[in-house]
Amino acid sequence: MDIELQQVGYAYSKGTPFEKQALTDVNLHIPSGSYQAIIGHTGSGKSTLLQHLNALLKPTEGTVKLGDLEIQAKKKVKNLKPVRQKIGIVFQFPEHQLFDETVLKDIMFGPLNFGVPADEAERRARALVEQLGLPEEVLEKSPFDLSGGQMRRVAIAGVLAMEPSVLVLDEPTAGLDPRGRQEIMELFHRLYVEKGLTIILVTHSMEDAARYANRVAIMHEGRCVLSGEPEEIFGDELSLAAYRLSAPRVVRLQRRFETLLGYPLDKLCLSEEQLAFEMGTIVRKERDF
Amino acid sequence: MNEILSLQDVTYSYSPEDSDMRKAVEGISFTVNDGEWIAIVGHNGSGKSTMAKLMNGLLFPQEGEVRVLGETLNEENLWAIRSQMGMVFQNPDNQFVGATVQDDVAFALENNGIPFEDMVIRVHESLAQVKMERFLNSEPHHLSGGQKQRVAIAGALALKPRILILDEATSMLDPQGREEVLATVHKLRQDTQLTVLSITHDLEEALLADRIVVMNKGKVYTEGTPSDIFARGQELVELGLDLPFSLKMSSLMLAQGVSLESVHMSEDELVKDIWTSNFNK
Amino acid sequence: MMEKMIFGRYIPGDSFIHKLDPRSKLIFVFLFIAVVFLANNAVTYALLLAFTLLTVFFSRIRLYFLINGLKPIIFLLVFTFLLHLFFTKEGDLLWKWQFIEVYEEGLRQGIFISVRFMVLVFITSILTLTTSPISITDGMEVLLNPFKRFKLPVHELALMMSISLRFIPTLMDETDKIMKAQMARGSDISSGTMKERLKAVVPLLIPLFVSAFKRAEDLAVAMEVRGYRGGEGRTRYRQLKWDWRDYMVLVLLAVVAVVLWWLRS
Repeated sequence: MDIELQQVGYAYSKGTPFEKQALTDVNLHIPSGSYQAIIGHTGSGKSTLLQHLNALLKPTEGTVKLGDLEIQAKKKVKNLKPVRQKIGIVFQFPEHQLFDETVLKDIMFGPLNFGVPADEAERRARALVEQLGLPEEVLEKSPFDLSGGQMRRVAIAGVLAMEPSVLVLDEPTAGLDPRGRQEIMELFHRLYVEKGLTIILVTHSMEDAARYANRVAIMHEGRCVLSGEPEEIFGDELSLAAYRLSAPRVVRLQRRFETLLGYPLDKLCLSEEQLAFEMGTIVRKERDF
Repeated sequence: MNEILSLQDVTYSYSPEDSDMRKAVEGISFTVNDGEWIAIVGHNGSGKSTMAKLMNGLLFPQEGEVRVLGETLNEENLWAIRSQMGMVFQNPDNQFVGATVQDDVAFALENNGIPFEDMVIRVHESLAQVKMERFLNSEPHHLSGGQKQRVAIAGALALKPRILILDEATSMLDPQGREEVLATVHKLRQDTQLTVLSITHDLEEALLADRIVVMNKGKVYTEGTPSDIFARGQELVELGLDLPFSLKMSSLMLAQGVSLESVHMSEDELVKDIWTSNFNK
Repeated sequence: MMEKMIFGRYIPGDSFIHKLDPRSKLIFVFLFIAVVFLANNAVTYALLLAFTLLTVFFSRIRLYFLINGLKPIIFLLVFTFLLHLFFTKEGDLLWKWQFIEVYEEGLRQGIFISVRFMVLVFITSILTLTTSPISITDGMEVLLNPFKRFKLPVHELALMMSISLRFIPTLMDETDKIMKAQMARGSDISSGTMKERLKAVVPLLIPLFVSAFKRAEDLAVAMEVRGYRGGEGRTRYRQLKWDWRDYMVLVLLAVVAVVLWWLRS
């Protein structure tokens, strides 16, 4: 499913004395199957943008296209519910949405709401619990009896159970310890590769975006100011600095080497492993020289 | 080096009757010296938070003792000792009691019966120390996470404590908020002789400390300076921790055949080493 | 994002009324309710209305907000007016159409009762419009202090009140977040049968409750760590200052009461 935002604007409390413009003239195209990172400081409009992606908010200006569904400002659109099954959002601290008596029931909640038969919903729940590395016993427990990390996985399972084709992730690693962060990001990467999902990662982490995404958009004060491939965006330190962002640490280290070497590397390294490899190659060339 | 706080053979279990349940902390012993910044790191569930509660008398050990400022912590001296210790918790909202910033900072002062005129002075001083003076009358829901945590620090500082405990105070913050809080604490230490105990899984925070105590499954795994600890490399990753960027890069490069004198914690040293060991012959 | 600033409908400002100590305002309103019943003729009601409008003027609150305050009781107001208009049959007959009769006394009573309503609504609105909820809590706490000897837990009630007030915007934001998260999973409070909609409230309420309990627990720990041990020995940071303005306002009310008493029939 392709997602497109055309000149999208959004104002909170429109028409009241408290009107506040959160998004202005946002243009963004997210092709099906891409891993899109959306980066920006708190207050850049990321969360507002995110809520347009499954029609929780309707734009006050412009048009949002979610696959075949077109949502135009000022036009009434009925039947927004089905699109929420195809575009799943994992909100920040998703464990806060758990409520049901058992983990199984909570995970089944989403699919049941969209008319999935109970036995199919249960099958999905069981499969997901395994996929997400949770022990089977967890299914019969109350979600509130689990550890924080487990609760988060249950919440994620609850969204995945709807079998969306697009997965929107809002700071999925917030509050996790380093191991937890790595496991969650690797999990989503696996899903991306194995299931061909479209992933939209809203994050503060330049490093995560560099490592996993194949498209990057930068939000600043309600506008989408930069958009393109990671190599373009992360290589342009001047533009990033203008928006009070710094390039990923790997890129900054690469630049320091390039200064010493006197020439740029073949490509922009977007992960530690990549940079180590490139440096290894250069060092060997130098040795053989 | 004067001891200001210590734990001696402390053991605590949340369900002491249940012998199958692992104890939250077991046989913990370590000492904190006056003016030090100690970071306590460990994976989630390693006993870090239980430590914080034991140090502040929110929990009393079933075995062993906690000594603060020369006295063993007990029910009688608890409140007196608490006024010497400030504590900031993880959730910025769930420790903000006052209707406005200045009300919240004054809370501890009110509890300790500080006279009005003194309160006003201390509230302003504390807020100046955390650079939040402009926000005297701001309401919490208008503040960012980092700002709320700085207010919490100001509230803790108002009683002019000897010790500041940060219990995962940066875990729920965005990078900007984390930076603000750490810069604030760093500056505080430069200006005063505050002893800081920070419980965290954030490396950048741990690197700022004088010493690091590594917890694993309720026990002290090891302790030492940041250089000592991070030199253990892969071992730490297995404990659920992460390594500083430069250290990671050092190991990866060595594996790729790049010559290095040693692994490095600072980026500057890494860059220098790569150059001198491989190119500047 | 629910940007409803008007909880308690407080509008910050620095008018004469805004600057009054909340205690004098609370006492004023309390006594005013009694004073209103002193009026019983055209002159006294006119005086009452004039006094009220004067208060409104000094609060510099726009009439728009006060009219808004009338909205909830507009039905009652109109109904009572009409009730008196058509069913009080005394005095001269003013107007007749088929079986509907309007007498002079009916009109008088209708107008008087309406003025009484309006005046009460306006004055209590001025209270909440010019005094922040936290000030009202402070004022009540100090006024109720004498009742401590009767075992009324004044300090605890006031603290509960102020903490609740502080958390209202935070809880509203959280409700919004949880609602959006559940809507993203297909939950829908706004459509379906009554039963379905009620069921859809459960995934909203339970997380809210769970989180509220966690907040309470965390907060209690934080308060304890900051030395909270109950009300004994606590000092106050938020001080209330009673000055000439406050005396003046109550004296004025006394004067009005006396004049009304004198002018009533």
